[in-house]
Amino acid sequence: MSAIAVKKRKVRLPAVLLNTFFILLSLCYILPMLLVIATSLTSEDAILTAGFHIFPVEFSLEAYRTVFHNPSTIIRAYGVTFFTATASTALGLVITGLSAYPLSRSNFRFKKIFITSYLLSMLFGGSMIPTYIIYSKYYHLNNTIWVYIVPAMCASGYSVFMFRTFFRSIPESLFEAAKLDGAKELYIFFKIVIPLSTAIFATVGFQGFVGGWNNYQTALIYIRDSKLYTLQYLLNRILNENEFLKSLQTGQSDLSPIAQEDIKKAAPTESLKFAMCVVAAGPMICIFPFFQKYFSKGMVVGSVKG
Amino acid sequence: MAQLGKLQKSKTSVVPKRKSILKDFSSRELLLLCIPGLIGQILFYYIPTGASIVMPFKDYDYKLGVWGSPWIGLKNFTWIFKSISLGRVMRNTVMYGFWFLFVGPICNIIIALLLFDVKKRSALKLYQTVMCFPNFMSMVVISFITYAILSPRFGVLNDIRSFLGMSPIDVYTILPIWPLILTIVNVWLGIGMGSMLYFAALMGIDSTLYEAAQIDGASHWQQTRYISIPHLVPIFCLMLILGSPGLIGGSFDLFYLIPRDVQTLYPVTDILPTYLFRALKEGSYAKGAAVGFLQSICSTILILSSNFVVRKVSPENSLF
Repeated sequence: MSAIAVKKRKVRLPAVLLNTFFILLSLCYILPMLLVIATSLTSEDAILTAGFHIFPVEFSLEAYRTVFHNPSTIIRAYGVTFFTATASTALGLVITGLSAYPLSRSNFRFKKIFITSYLLSMLFGGSMIPTYIIYSKYYHLNNTIWVYIVPAMCASGYSVFMFRTFFRSIPESLFEAAKLDGAKELYIFFKIVIPLSTAIFATVGFQGFVGGWNNYQTALIYIRDSKLYTLQYLLNRILNENEFLKSLQTGQSDLSPIAQEDIKKAAPTESLKFAMCVVAAGPMICIFPFFQKYFSKGMVVGSVKG
Repeated sequence: MAQLGKLQKSKTSVVPKRKSILKDFSSRELLLLCIPGLIGQILFYYIPTGASIVMPFKDYDYKLGVWGSPWIGLKNFTWIFKSISLGRVMRNTVMYGFWFLFVGPICNIIIALLLFDVKKRSALKLYQTVMCFPNFMSMVVISFITYAILSPRFGVLNDIRSFLGMSPIDVYTILPIWPLILTIVNVWLGIGMGSMLYFAALMGIDSTLYEAAQIDGASHWQQTRYISIPHLVPIFCLMLILGSPGLIGGSFDLFYLIPRDVQTLYPVTDILPTYLFRALKEGSYAKGAAVGFLQSICSTILILSSNFVVRKVSPENSLF
């Protein structure tokens, strides 16, 4: 029995103290989210008189009704965000994988140059304004959907090194055997390396997708056309500009200006903002934690050295 | 000596001659695989970086382009040393950067050490998952949360204050409180993932070390001090080097979204990236490029010097 006895690792702090601390800390994460959800479910009048609360003072679905009354903007933003995040992640994975694989091979003679180059790109980079000018004036990327996809799909140093570390754990004799059988490197990559490295593809891919999903900065800098807004940028404008929010509510309807004014006055503002926030961020917050293991795996970039 | 020379001579002749690139088919094929990545690097890394180096010394004209604009030497830089707001921006950037560089990792280490003491696996997983939530939310969603708490009219903060018998306040007009708010948000955000990193390192420590220490009668603190913490130093160093550009870069998301771009707060919340963003919006490209150039120079110096320091202290932990 002693063999399967619990390993006594070390002296621990008292469990009650620890758990109390962590439960309090967890509340610091859960309560703010409850606050947002509760606010979206409170009637506008109750907000105006009593402010935001963790529990809805006066339950109302008015805000959600207003959101779904004219859902075209938010659906469009969902579409743009999903498409750009998926496309940039998928293309990025292929390109990053392709560039990382040679760096993991001991017989690749240009290894040093490429590694130095990726290391450089991790540490130093162009500043905001020249980058903007290059992208918009020379590449004509501004105000197009490509600005989300093309720069994001090129290999970033971090992911290249994550891939490389993983690829190096694959025994090289496997590649040599394949080479003896006459396989070309591209064939080896697609038929041997990729099937063996699904874990790292999932990790890097998921990180890229979260990054793409939460991207608002690109839209902030490059996008003028409201049809190309990402979800997060849309949210940002909703929070900060009441006028923008109101224009969303009325939409491009055939109502007379006076009727539109009436809608603007009657529509909730504060609760609507939070309802938008829940609709925009909610589904992803529910899905993402299930993929958390992919997120935390391979976080250690400690093996950059090489 | 003669023998040694002979030996070396014979050795060189034994070593096979390096294949010429024309015959090294494997390397050629591998090079082919690198090409898409290389093109991406040239287009989206080297060219923008090159433009960042050239542009500050040019009188940028949209029609003439980056390379075609006339050189004007250091003219773009002269105004920098006269500008008052820029001095303020630089001070904010560096002070926040320095503060975040240390306060974040230290909080992460403390949390990781505490998590390491949690015995129940299910509880441990729960705490970690909850703390990782902000990683799946964008900063925009987090700015909704801070607004819900801090909003002067509706915010929870003022509810709590009135409950405690204090008068309500408008946080968006109180300057000294913002460094605290931004620190809290920053730590709150990063603690989940950050502590995970250190926690993984702790899990990797050989448990016999703790057993031996226990037999020798080491206390909890002694075990932490002499076993756990030394094992975290390599990651801490790496984070320090990789994080040092943040000293001068700062997080645009945090400083732009959380204070909601309120102008009266600029004295305490304006940092280089937000400053550059405003320069971009106003169309003062050449000046912005000059500031960006100085920023890059400073961050290069920071990386090199932090790497230098780490290499002096513990050579095996340096990056290059």
